[in-house]
This record gives sequence, structure tokens and C-alpha cells, in this order.
Amino acid sequence: MTVKQISVFIENKVGGLATITDVLAQAGVNIRALSIADTSDFGILRLIVDDVFKAGNALRENGHIYSITDVLAVAGDDKPGSIARIVATLAKEGIGMDYAYAFFAKKENLAYMIVRVEEMDKAAKALRENGIHLAGEEEIARL
Amino acid sequence: MGKRYFQPEIETMPVEQIKELQNERLVKQVQHVWDNVPYYRKKMEEKGVTPADIKSTADLHKLPFLTKDDLRDAYPYGLLGKPKKDCVRIQSTSGTTGRRVVAFYTQHDIDLWEDCCARAIVAAGGSDEDVVQVAYGYGLFTGGPGLNGGSHKVGSLTVPMSSGNTDRQIQFMVDMESTILCCTPSYAAYLGEAIEEKGYRNQIKLKAGIFGAEAWTEEMRQEIQNKLGIKAYDIYGLTETSGPGVSFECEEQTGMHINEDHFLAEIINPETGEVLPEGEKGELVFTSLTKEAFPLLRYRTKDLCVLTRKPCSCGRTHIKMSKPLGRSDDMLIIRGVNVFPSQIETVLLNEGMTPNYQIIVDRVNNTDTFDINVEMSQEMFSDSLGKVAEKEKQLVASLKAMLGIQAKVHLVEPKSITRSEGKAVRIIDKRKLYG
Ligand SMILES: [Zn+2]
Repeated sequence: MTVKQISVFIENKVGGLATITDVLAQAGVNIRALSIADTSDFGILRLIVDDVFKAGNALRENGHIYSITDVLAVAGDDKPGSIARIVATLAKEGIGMDYAYAFFAKKENLAYMIVRVEEMDKAAKALRENGIHLAGEEEIARL
Repeated sequence: MGKRYFQPEIETMPVEQIKELQNERLVKQVQHVWDNVPYYRKKMEEKGVTPADIKSTADLHKLPFLTKDDLRDAYPYGLLGKPKKDCVRIQSTSGTTGRRVVAFYTQHDIDLWEDCCARAIVAAGGSDEDVVQVAYGYGLFTGGPGLNGGSHKVGSLTVPMSSGNTDRQIQFMVDMESTILCCTPSYAAYLGEAIEEKGYRNQIKLKAGIFGAEAWTEEMRQEIQNKLGIKAYDIYGLTETSGPGVSFECEEQTGMHINEDHFLAEIINPETGEVLPEGEKGELVFTSLTKEAFPLLRYRTKDLCVLTRKPCSCGRTHIKMSKPLGRSDDMLIIRGVNVFPSQIETVLLNEGMTPNYQIIVDRVNNTDTFDINVEMSQEMFSDSLGKVAEKEKQLVASLKAMLGIQAKVHLVEPKSITRSEGKAVRIIDKRKLYG
């Protein structure tokens, strides 16, 4: 089970991030999680949102470049060691992470870790077999 | 079924006859300028030339050149060939004060200018059956008024859109079933992208486009032709010589036929001013043979190109000029190396990127800095920072291979590069501010 992540090109300059978040706010899109990877002059803003379709349309209409990627949304209890357990499970299977970032859902008292790996199916299987919960689109949208 | 030529008797006139016509018109024009333009008469006197010395085009080299500096010195009315009361129009470039060019027209001048544009439209397959969408800027800029007038002469249904407002452009293009698009090549490429993005590719009826007012490469032509599903024709002109329509492409797309009944072309060595033989690359110089209000003789365009009189399959006999291969003043010298913006465009297209770029040159601690902003495109983007950085590195390497010097490349937001009247601002040379 995977969720869709939106990756948006941003210039590495003051206000670059705000332009994107403004576009999404105007379109009524809620941002669940956000991470930025950057070099000295450009960056990729990765977003988990409640409505990928709406977000994509809003970005395109405003002339932004983006792509959509499948990622794993791994849920862990909000307590010490839960993220370590996810990481250890993947490491044991020899699955390297391209990138990962985490966010906390207060209502559910859960920590979610967004993970992108080369071998998505293998990773999903390993996590499930170790009793780790993977969230789907609907669960993320409900948060 | 449309005509092949707008004015067949002129466009296919035997070469000897064209030359006769030019001789006759040149003699008359030199006399007109001598009698009415004291600024140029003084230049002639300084060179020791009188109208009696100019008996045919073979004597053209005796006349002094005019440059943009002369236009600035004579601004605004110093080069007028007719009293103001006989002039009916001005057109102007967008340059800042001191670099702005203002040209004047009598009604007769406008009439001939529109004929030239009409020839270009017919050469692109236009007729009274066509719907011509003019997306050049209207107003002081010559693009809109020139093609608008030409389209009227052809009898095409003219859609005077002016530049900008892309959504409305596409909507009219679809609703009016426009068949010919006239605008700058960079705007055509941009429209092509927008049409594709919005999924209107199957709803447009365009068959041809006439694109000018800025330099563009063969690669860019291919890109526009593919994106819009049309044949893309080049058109050339400058405000100083009336506007677009000085020369235009025919279906062969191997150079632009110069309207030789109105413009006499020469190629010179830009350093020495010496006239070069046909086929050699040099600076293009125009003498206006028929303009009344703004009759420029031997005007140096700064455009570098090649002339050829090889017979053309379209049947037109007028001499052809290559696409400008650079501008003698657009050429940048960065750290001692000659850089032409067209080289950068070629590299971007070869790398599968959209040719939207801007060069920024500055001088810091006595060393030139060379930065190129490149608009991000869907083709270049991916979720992986490493992959995008890799493509950026490859672009830097290809640019180095082409230009011979290292540039700093910056990926910028799409559509963020400054556009002025639909023309992308390609060069920002900050060094001039201190020079
Ligand atoms: Zn031809």
C-alpha cells in the first residue's frame, strides 16, 4: 500500500517555498507533511496533501513543475523506538532508503514516516510481516 | 485556392530587371535624401560625395554608413525626409532613452510596408480563405501593425490579438479556427507548450506561423513545428527599415527573400566597413529605396548573415539572406571569449530542454562572471534531487564544450524570465553600467 507524494521544483531563493504553499492554500489543499531537499540553487519540495488531484491542478495552472511519486506512509506509535524499528526492519532486508521524513498526527497519537525506497514492494512486505502498519490514501486524507 | 505570390510581376522579376529598377530607384533616393535630409547631406559632403557620383548600385560603396548612433544623434526629427505634415505615423522600438529608435511613415510608406508583409503571408500559404491571428504586440512596436496591415491586404480574416494573455489567445485560436499565427518565435514556443499542457492540440486548425523580431535557430523551428503541427516561417525586419517584411521565407525555408524592389542589401566586414562578395558572412547593411519619410541609406543593422542569389524553387528571384547568425553587438565577449546567445539556445535544445534562458554577465574584482538562468521544464524534472543535479551538471558540461568557457547555470521557475512585448530578455550585461 502506497500513498501519492507531490514533488515540486522550487528555486532556492527567499519566498520560493511561500509561492507554492500560497498556491495550495488558495486551492484549499491541506498539507499533511512537507520536506525540502536542496542544492545551492534549486530544491525539491516534497508534500503529502489531503487531495493530490486538486494540488496538481492548482500547481499546473500556476505554471509550476511537479511530479507525483508513490511513497510508503509507515505508522508508528508516538513513543521512543518506533521509528528505529521501521528503519531497522528495512535495514535487515538490505533495503536502502532514497529519502525519508516524518510527521506526527496528534489526533491519532501516531508518528508517520514517509519513506521512498527503490524496492517498494519488498519494503512494504517486510514492514507488514513485522507487524508495522502502512497507511493508504484514505487514512492520510482523513488525518 | 490561394495565389502563389502576392505581387507576382515583382516577386518573380528577372534579376537583370530588378537590378535596373534598383539603379533607377537608388539614384532618385540619393537625390531625395540630399535635398531633404541635411544630417545625411553633411555626412556625404564630409566624404566628398554628391548625388552626381551615384549613377548605379555599383557606386553604393561611396556613400557613408548610418548607424544607431546617428539615429540617436538625429533624434527625434533629424533624419526626416518629408515635412512632418506629410507623415502619418511613427513606430518605435522599446529601447530605453538614447537607445530607442523612432521611425516615421507617410501613407505611401505604410502602403509599401504592408505590401511587403502581405508577400510574406502569401509565401506562408495565406490567402483570403485564412484566419490570421496576429499575436505580436500592437502599438509602437512594428510587429502587430505590420502583419495586421499585410493580412488586410491579402484579404485574410485578421484577428488582432496583440501579445500576451495566453488563455485568450488559445480560446480565439480554437473558436475562430485561426490558420496562420504571427508572433515572436519565443511566444510561439510558449503558446505551443501551453496548448499541449491544456490539451487543445487537437482543437487548433493552425497550418502555418510567421515568426520574427528575434533570433531563432533551426532547432527552435523544429520544436515549434512539432508542438503546433505547423510550418514555421521566418520573417525579418527592423524598425529602422519599416518593420517586419524586409525579407521573408518561402516554402523552401532556406533563407529569406529580401524585397529588393524596396531594400538594397549589402554585406560588409563589420570591422573595416569593406563590402564583401556574395556568399561571405558579414554585417547586413540596408539602403531603403522607396521610403519617403525615413529614407535611411546604408544603415548598419549589426546582424551578421550571408546573402545568396542561388535560384529558389519557389520561383521568386529576389536575393536571399540567411537567418541572422548573430549580432555584432549581441555577441558578448566574456573573459576574452566570443559568446553568441544562439549557441546557448542550441545546447539547450540538444539537451531536450526548452530554450528559455537568460545570460547575466557582470564584472567582479576585474573578472567577468557568467551566469545562465535556465527555466525548469517538465522533461528535466524528477523527484530525485540527484537526477536533476546530474542533468544540470551535464548541461554545464555541454555549454562548456560549445562555448569554451565555464558558465554558472541556475535552474529557475518556469516562465520566470523577463519578457518584454513577448520578447524574452536574453542578455543582461551589467558590465556596461560601469563602463
Ligand atoms: Zn523561395
